[in-house]
Amino acid sequence: MSKSPLKTGPNRDVILGLIVAALLVLIAIRAPVFMSSGSLDTLVTDGALLGMMAVAQMLPILTGGIDLSMPANMAFTGMATALLSKAHPAMPVLATVAIALAIGLVLGAFNGCFIAYLGIPPIVVTLGTMSIYRGAVFMLSRGAWVNAQDFGKPYLAFPMGRLLGLTHIFWIAALLIAAAYVFLNHMQKGRELYALGGNPPAAKYVGINNTHNKMLIYLLTGLASGLCGYLWVARYAIAYTEIALGFELQTVAACVIGGVSIAGGRGSVPGTLLGAAFLVIIFNALPIINVSPFWQMAISGTVVLAAVIINSRGERSQGKVILEPERGTSAKVAS
Amino acid sequence: MDPIAPVPVPALSLQGIKKHFGGIHALTGVDLHLYPGQVMGLLGENGAGKSTAVKIMTGIYHPDGGQLLVAGQPAEFRTTQDAWRHGITAVHQETVMFDELSVAENIFSGHFLRRGRFLLDWPRMRARAAELMANLESDIRPETPLKLLSVAQKHIVEIARALSHDSSVVIMDEPTAALSAHEIEDLYAIVRHLKSLGKAILFISHKFDDIFAICDRYTVFRDGGYVGEGRIADVTQDDLVRMMVGRSVSTMFPKPEVELGEPVLEVTGLCNPTEFEAISFTLRKREVLGFYGLVGAGRTELMEALFGLGQITRGDIRLNGRALEPESPRSVIEAGIVYVPEDRQRTGAILPMSIQHNITLPSLRKLAHGLFLNDRAEVAMSDSISQRLSVKCSDREQKVGELSGGNQQKVVIGKWLATQPEIVILDEPTKGIDIGSKAAVHSFIGELVTLGLSVVMVSSELPELMGMADRIVVMHKGRIVRILDRPAFDAETIVGAASGLAAACTA
Amino acid sequence: MNRTVSRWAFLKRWETILVLILLAICFVNSLASPYFLNPHNLFDSTQSFSEKAMIVLSMTLVIIGRDIDLSVASNVALCSTAMGWLALHGLPTSALLLASILVGTAAGMFNGLVITRFRVPAIVVTIGTLSLFRGIAYIVLGDQAFTRYPANFSELGQGYLFNLIPYEFLVFMGLAAAFYVLLHRTVIGRNLFAYGNNPDAALYSGIQVNRYRFWFFTLNGAMCGLAAAFLTSRIGATRPNMAQGWDMEAIAMVVLGGVSIMGGSGTLLGVLLSVFVMGMLTFGLGLINIPGIMMTVVVGFLLIGAIATPIVARKLSDWRRERAGA
Repeated sequence: MSKSPLKTGPNRDVILGLIVAALLVLIAIRAPVFMSSGSLDTLVTDGALLGMMAVAQMLPILTGGIDLSMPANMAFTGMATALLSKAHPAMPVLATVAIALAIGLVLGAFNGCFIAYLGIPPIVVTLGTMSIYRGAVFMLSRGAWVNAQDFGKPYLAFPMGRLLGLTHIFWIAALLIAAAYVFLNHMQKGRELYALGGNPPAAKYVGINNTHNKMLIYLLTGLASGLCGYLWVARYAIAYTEIALGFELQTVAACVIGGVSIAGGRGSVPGTLLGAAFLVIIFNALPIINVSPFWQMAISGTVVLAAVIINSRGERSQGKVILEPERGTSAKVAS
Repeated sequence: MDPIAPVPVPALSLQGIKKHFGGIHALTGVDLHLYPGQVMGLLGENGAGKSTAVKIMTGIYHPDGGQLLVAGQPAEFRTTQDAWRHGITAVHQETVMFDELSVAENIFSGHFLRRGRFLLDWPRMRARAAELMANLESDIRPETPLKLLSVAQKHIVEIARALSHDSSVVIMDEPTAALSAHEIEDLYAIVRHLKSLGKAILFISHKFDDIFAICDRYTVFRDGGYVGEGRIADVTQDDLVRMMVGRSVSTMFPKPEVELGEPVLEVTGLCNPTEFEAISFTLRKREVLGFYGLVGAGRTELMEALFGLGQITRGDIRLNGRALEPESPRSVIEAGIVYVPEDRQRTGAILPMSIQHNITLPSLRKLAHGLFLNDRAEVAMSDSISQRLSVKCSDREQKVGELSGGNQQKVVIGKWLATQPEIVILDEPTKGIDIGSKAAVHSFIGELVTLGLSVVMVSSELPELMGMADRIVVMHKGRIVRILDRPAFDAETIVGAASGLAAACTA
Repeated sequence: MNRTVSRWAFLKRWETILVLILLAICFVNSLASPYFLNPHNLFDSTQSFSEKAMIVLSMTLVIIGRDIDLSVASNVALCSTAMGWLALHGLPTSALLLASILVGTAAGMFNGLVITRFRVPAIVVTIGTLSLFRGIAYIVLGDQAFTRYPANFSELGQGYLFNLIPYEFLVFMGLAAAFYVLLHRTVIGRNLFAYGNNPDAALYSGIQVNRYRFWFFTLNGAMCGLAAAFLTSRIGATRPNMAQGWDMEAIAMVVLGGVSIMGGSGTLLGVLLSVFVMGMLTFGLGLINIPGIMMTVVVGFLLIGAIATPIVARKLSDWRRERAGA
């Protein structure tokens, strides 16, 4: 397959990969039980979910926007499908998935209309829909939970079923993330997103339709959220108002750690995946090294802050070099 | 074949094109004919309708009257893609490209090459990009991210992009605005190369050097209307100016005779880690001190550092004998130095705010009662400045964004005058400005020195500096290489020094 | 002068709409419940929004400056946690109040520092600190709560002047007046509008933009500390999940008040009106027993609606004008 033009500083991804590997090694040494198959299995499945959502979050960020409503979308779709499963336990998986995708799509379209057609800043719209969707979960369920025994068999069985030892969730994630990679690097629409985020007026000039692309993005994040909502609920076998609470921060954090620029125009799928891996490893390691789960929030926050600060220093050190150093090495590409 | 005699069928023709926006008539029926293998210069003041015409030719605007003909056939461009498909491409003043993306991707954005229906064909695009760049005598590699290139190199990529459409017409809008003398020569070579390939070229420039160096024919617009066209060989600069302006413009550089006073600013040994070194010069009262150099020589960086926006690690600055530490723009403004930056639109005025608020902005603390705003004093200042500069507006509350370009510039200058500075630093004050307004700026500078101010003028236009300045400081790669007094002004020496030629620099 | 009159008219338009909405809400509320027009109840109702409103005042300044602060709710939780912990060690009410304000200020300063020193966009920094601040609260509290406060602590949030007007409300109104003067009648406010509109031009005009931004984030933090004191005093306890959703509500109130999210414009009067609109709406919904979580849904719709309505209106009038022929 042909190579993509230029990754987000391939050096950066490599360094991040090394850091993640080093992290794994450190934790494995400190607590060998971390590398047990059970623990690794949880790690991989958690990573799959966060990875999918982080890559989905990448799409709006690439164009200079953001989608804070994705976890709330997940929650609503998850609850909706859970209630359906409770009422019709024999419902086939395909139907569940179709419904999850449909609901997610509609919620995403709602975002898209305001952002793409009315030009309202995505932060505002998704802050609003974040509240609306989560409130809607409560309205739907009246505060009641759907517990493990309430679900229909097919609902729970499929995502946690196994292929080659790994959960279906993992394989679905792998498929979708690979598709995202191809989309962003080898398809016109994907490259248009980079252009859109990098220089919106120039994008318009070369004929890229900002409006359509923005709508497409929020439809895609809606679809992703819908699917992941179902997967999340099936994996934890529970549905309540606080589904995926905290994912807002984690998806953005994964992107930022992975080198996606908040201003848009820059970011890579491998980087984002590594960012997600970094977070998932830390969170799964916490209980194993006896750190209380109550530390998770503070750690997420600190990691995000550290990542953005480091990122910004990297960008700033590319200052103007006009004076030629004594040795005669030139800093810029010679013409 | 005589390259100057008109060939019967133009590659692109505008006939009687009209365009209006609401009540404003941008074009009132203009003609423009571009012939293959010829360079047509398009001249006109700001507001003459040149950029509107370009936008119609590239499919961004639709004409309200008249006809567009491509190779003799009527054509309609609904989108920029339509224009491309008809072989019309443009290279713009501000590069309309993507810094984060590679050269190859920039060249092909909007018309990617594909493999099958869905996938992009990067190998083919990179190969073709390399080919295009080689044709333009450039060795920039297609994978290079655009942000690593200089302005001149980005222009080359833009030209490559225009060529990638296999166009018959190439429109160039002020392509030399940000280029150094050497890079301009390279550009001329590229234009001649395109000519030899049979392309029809439209060259828009305010610089007569360009027009007379490269164009075969000319067309002049004025106030949205067509004034005339002809062969470059048959006209002089004055003829063209008269057509553009409708009257004779006597002298472009009215340098007033003033007596230079004592030194007001003494800079010794100024250093910045990466941008400039060992900068020493003096500025006298009522002096116009020019700063010349290639793009990237460090002049703007030096001025910004003097204004408190950069870093100074070593060196001494004395204003009227007293030490000056440029900690921030505010402290420098209070000391009496103001800086009018290059990018007027972005950094000059706050367009959504009123004239009054813009004019009084740097002076607020002086006018205020402690922290509280002083309306009466503000109104007085705003009115007095507007009157002095003859700002045309409906009232002082009008948003600056609604004024014409010239009046906006007046507001920007006015706000600085209101701070009663001693020294005014102007960075490229006439860049991209047409002849009529240029003269106005020059005469204004003359007024400033008559009033007792000192002016530092950074410019890349040597004729302008040689006309206006008392002395010229030449910078090269962050250092001062030569300072010339007015009697010793010599274009070759100055350009040589700016390019680093040892013979032209002093130790 | 012609232009001045027409612009005043426009300015009044958004505030006028808010006034009309407010009156409409009050009218509907009074029909829905006989308890509404009781002065005691009306003043009591201000308690539910007075604390948020204090934050709204400083958030207005942040948003006009083209920034945003998503960490306010977590900041409140952090300050409250600090107070609770100090209360356990026997400190008196006045010290607790001071401590809360100090902690909030420090948190705001942290935001300001990272944003201005490291040039990181405010949205990302405050997404990080929103986790960090509340995270600290969770570390200290776990799933417990602080409930032991000194006897007179409740006076802050539950005390009344003349047995009618809550102290909180008085403090809020006093602050609103102070912020009005700051925003509209001082050099600081004018400079804020300038850099909110165009940071580059403001910088070249001598405005120390980053210094302003730093201090406005600090002020926002201080307001969070103040609000935290009143809130904790009113509900009598500190829980790690307190003030959940306040960041979104605060932004909603600011935007509903006519402040542009892109910065550079807005009036304090508009924000004040929108605070009352939201307050009366919430109160009314509460009177007919709508649960809290529904409020967030309503606020979400209000936020989007507030911004969308003028845009839709403009598009409709453009469309109508096009139909009629230019």
